[in-house]
Amino acid sequence: MKVMNLVQAVNDALDIKLQEDPEVVVYGEDVGVEGGVFRVTQGLQKKYGQNRVFDSPLAESAIVGTALGMSLAGLKPVVEIQFSGFFFPAFNQIAAHVARMRNRSRGKYRAQLVIRMPYGGNIKALEHHSESMEALFVHVPGLKVVIPSTPYDAKGLLIAAIESEDPVIFMEPKQIYRAIKQEVPEEKFILPIGKARVLAEGTDLTVVAYGAMIREVQRAMIMAKKAGIAVELIDLRTIYPIDRETIAQSIKKTGRFLAVTEGPRSAGVGAELMAVANEEAFLSLEAPPTRLTGFDTVPPLPKGEHFYFHSPERIFYEIKKLREF
Amino acid sequence: MFKEYDPLKFKIFQVMDDHGKIIHPKWKPALSGPEVLAAYQFMQFARTADLMTVSFQRQGRIYTYPPNLGQEAIAVAAGKVMQEEDWLVPAFREMGAWLLKGAKLHDLFLYWGGYEDGSRFSDAPHLLPSAVPIASQLPHAVGIGYALKYKKAPGVVFAFVGDGGTSQGDFHEALNFAGVWQVPVVFIIQNNQYAISVPVGKQTASKSLAVKSVAYGIPGLQVDGNDFFAVYAALDEAKKHAASGQGPVLIEAVTFRRGAHTTSDDPTLYRTAEEEKQWEEKDPIKRLRAYLVEQKLWREEDDGPLIEQYRQEVEKEFAIYENYPAYQLEDVFKYHFKDMPEDLRQQQVEYEKYLTWLEAQP
Repeated sequence: MKVMNLVQAVNDALDIKLQEDPEVVVYGEDVGVEGGVFRVTQGLQKKYGQNRVFDSPLAESAIVGTALGMSLAGLKPVVEIQFSGFFFPAFNQIAAHVARMRNRSRGKYRAQLVIRMPYGGNIKALEHHSESMEALFVHVPGLKVVIPSTPYDAKGLLIAAIESEDPVIFMEPKQIYRAIKQEVPEEKFILPIGKARVLAEGTDLTVVAYGAMIREVQRAMIMAKKAGIAVELIDLRTIYPIDRETIAQSIKKTGRFLAVTEGPRSAGVGAELMAVANEEAFLSLEAPPTRLTGFDTVPPLPKGEHFYFHSPERIFYEIKKLREF
Repeated sequence: MFKEYDPLKFKIFQVMDDHGKIIHPKWKPALSGPEVLAAYQFMQFARTADLMTVSFQRQGRIYTYPPNLGQEAIAVAAGKVMQEEDWLVPAFREMGAWLLKGAKLHDLFLYWGGYEDGSRFSDAPHLLPSAVPIASQLPHAVGIGYALKYKKAPGVVFAFVGDGGTSQGDFHEALNFAGVWQVPVVFIIQNNQYAISVPVGKQTASKSLAVKSVAYGIPGLQVDGNDFFAVYAALDEAKKHAASGQGPVLIEAVTFRRGAHTTSDDPTLYRTAEEEKQWEEKDPIKRLRAYLVEQKLWREEDDGPLIEQYRQEVEKEFAIYENYPAYQLEDVFKYHFKDMPEDLRQQQVEYEKYLTWLEAQP
C-alpha cells in the first residue's frame, strides 16, 4: 500500500500499463516533457521514451482521430484532453467515429482507446475550465463513460478502461485531484466498469452521485446524521452503462431517491437516474425521485460560482426536503 | 519528381496528353503492356459497375449512391500501387481502389443497399469503411501511420479526400500531425472541381490544393488525375518516399466528377453542359484507350464484348446483395460493444416483446 492522491493514482495506472503492454501509448498537449498541466503524466516520458509518451500538436480533433487510427492498427492509446472544456473540437471524432467504428465495421475493427480529461468546477478557474459535460458522452451510443471519486477507484478503473476493448471516456474530477489521499495498492488491480459502489448504508433515502460530488454529499451526510436522517450513498463510478441493479436495490430499501450531479439539468445524468428510479423501483417510491443539478446556465466565472456549485448545505437542504416529503 | 514539380511552380504533372500520346517519357511508369492493359480493363470494370449502380438506384433497388464516373484513373492507379501491407483510408468516391484492395462488389452493394455488413470487408485487411463526414477520416490515416512506424511494420497509408474536404479543420490537422510525426501516409485529394455545387474556386483562395503541402513542410504534387500513367507514377513515387521513412506526401489529382455528387443531386443547377463536354474530352478511359490502340495492345471494338462480360459479373454480384438475408433485430444492437451492456440488451428484449404482441394481433 502507498498513500496516493488522485493525480498520483492515475499516473500509477498509466505507469503499470505502459510497463506491461508495449501497445499502450500516452499523448496529448504538454503530457510529455512537462508531464501534463496537472502533472498527471509526470516522469512517464523519461521512463518510457518519446515514442510512447509524447506531446502532440495542439489540436483536439486530431488527437482523438489519430488515437482511433492507432487503435485500428493495433495500438492502445490513452490520450489526454487538457481540460474537458476543450473536447468540443474532438466531439465529431468521438461521436462520428470512435463510438461507431465497431458497429460500422460489424466488429472487424474495435476502438480500444481511452480519452482522459479533467472536468468539473468550483476551482476559481477561467471560462471553459469548469464544465461537467458527461451527459453529452452518455448520449452517444458506443461509448463507456467512467468517473472516479477516489484515488483507489481512479487506479482500478483506469486500468480497466485501458484494457477495455471498447472506447472509454475517463473524466477526472479536478477539484479533488489533490484533495483526497488514501492508501492504494502498489500492484495492479482492476475495478469493473459498469459497477456502482454503496459507500454508506442508510435506510431513509438514497443519494446517487459521482466524481467530486461524492465528497460534498459525504459532508452533507454529517448534517443529515445530526438531523436523524440515515442516507444511503451510492458512488455511480460508471455513467454509462449505468448500474441499474444497485440503484434499484437501494431504493427498494429506502423509498426515496436523490441524484446529485454538477452538470446542467435538462436531459442530464440526473434526469437519467430519475428515470432509472421510476423504471426499476416505482412501487417502492414514497416520494418523487428528485435531482440536484447545475443550472441550465454556463458555470459562472469565479465571483459567481458559489451560486452554481453545490455546497454541503445545499445538498443537505435537498436531503431534508426529500425526507420530509 | 517532387523537386521538379515543386507545388510553388504551379506546374501540373503529366505523362500523356489528352489524346494518349506520351509527352514525358522519362516519367512513364515501368509497367508492361499487359499490366497497362489490365489497368485499363479494370477501369472499364469500375465504370461498368458504377454506371450500373446508378441505374440500380434509379430502379429503387439500392439507396443513395455517389457516382465515380470520370475519376476511375485515380482510384485504379492507387489500387495498383497499393500492396497487401498498405492501408486504404477511403472517403467514398474511389470504388476502383476499394475493389483492388480486396472489397467485393457485393460488399459495396450491401453498403449502398442499407446493410452495415457491407463495411466489414472480410476479404480486405487494411481497408477502412467509408467515411461520410468530410475529411474526418484523415486523422485516422495519420494514427495508422504512427502505429506502422511505431511497430516498425511495413506499409504505407493511402488516404482519400475531395477538394471540399481541404477546407475542413481535420484536413489541416491531419497534414500537420503527419508532418510533425513523419508518418508514412500518402494523402490523395481528388480535386473533381465541385464539392456538391460549390466550385473549387470558392473553396480556397490558394492557386492549387497541392500548394497547401508547403505550409506543413511535406512534399506536394499536382497531377493530372485523368492521366493514368501520371497518377500511377506520382503515387508510386509518393509511396517510395513514405515507405523509406521520409514522411508523408500530399498529392492533388485534378479530375472532374462527370456524374452527380450523389444520386440525389442535380448538377445542371450549378454547371454547364459546355464544361461537362470539355471534361468528357479528357476522360481517363478514353485517353488510356487511345494509348493502347496506338500501341496495338487493344482495339476500340474490343470494348463491347469486354463490357458485356463485366455487366454479367456485376449482375452476379448484385444478385448476392438482392438475395442477402433480411436485417435482423439483433444486428441493430450487437456490434456496439464487445459485450452488450445489460441496459442495451433490455432495449432489444422490450422490442422483441412488442413484436410478439404485434404478431399475435388478428
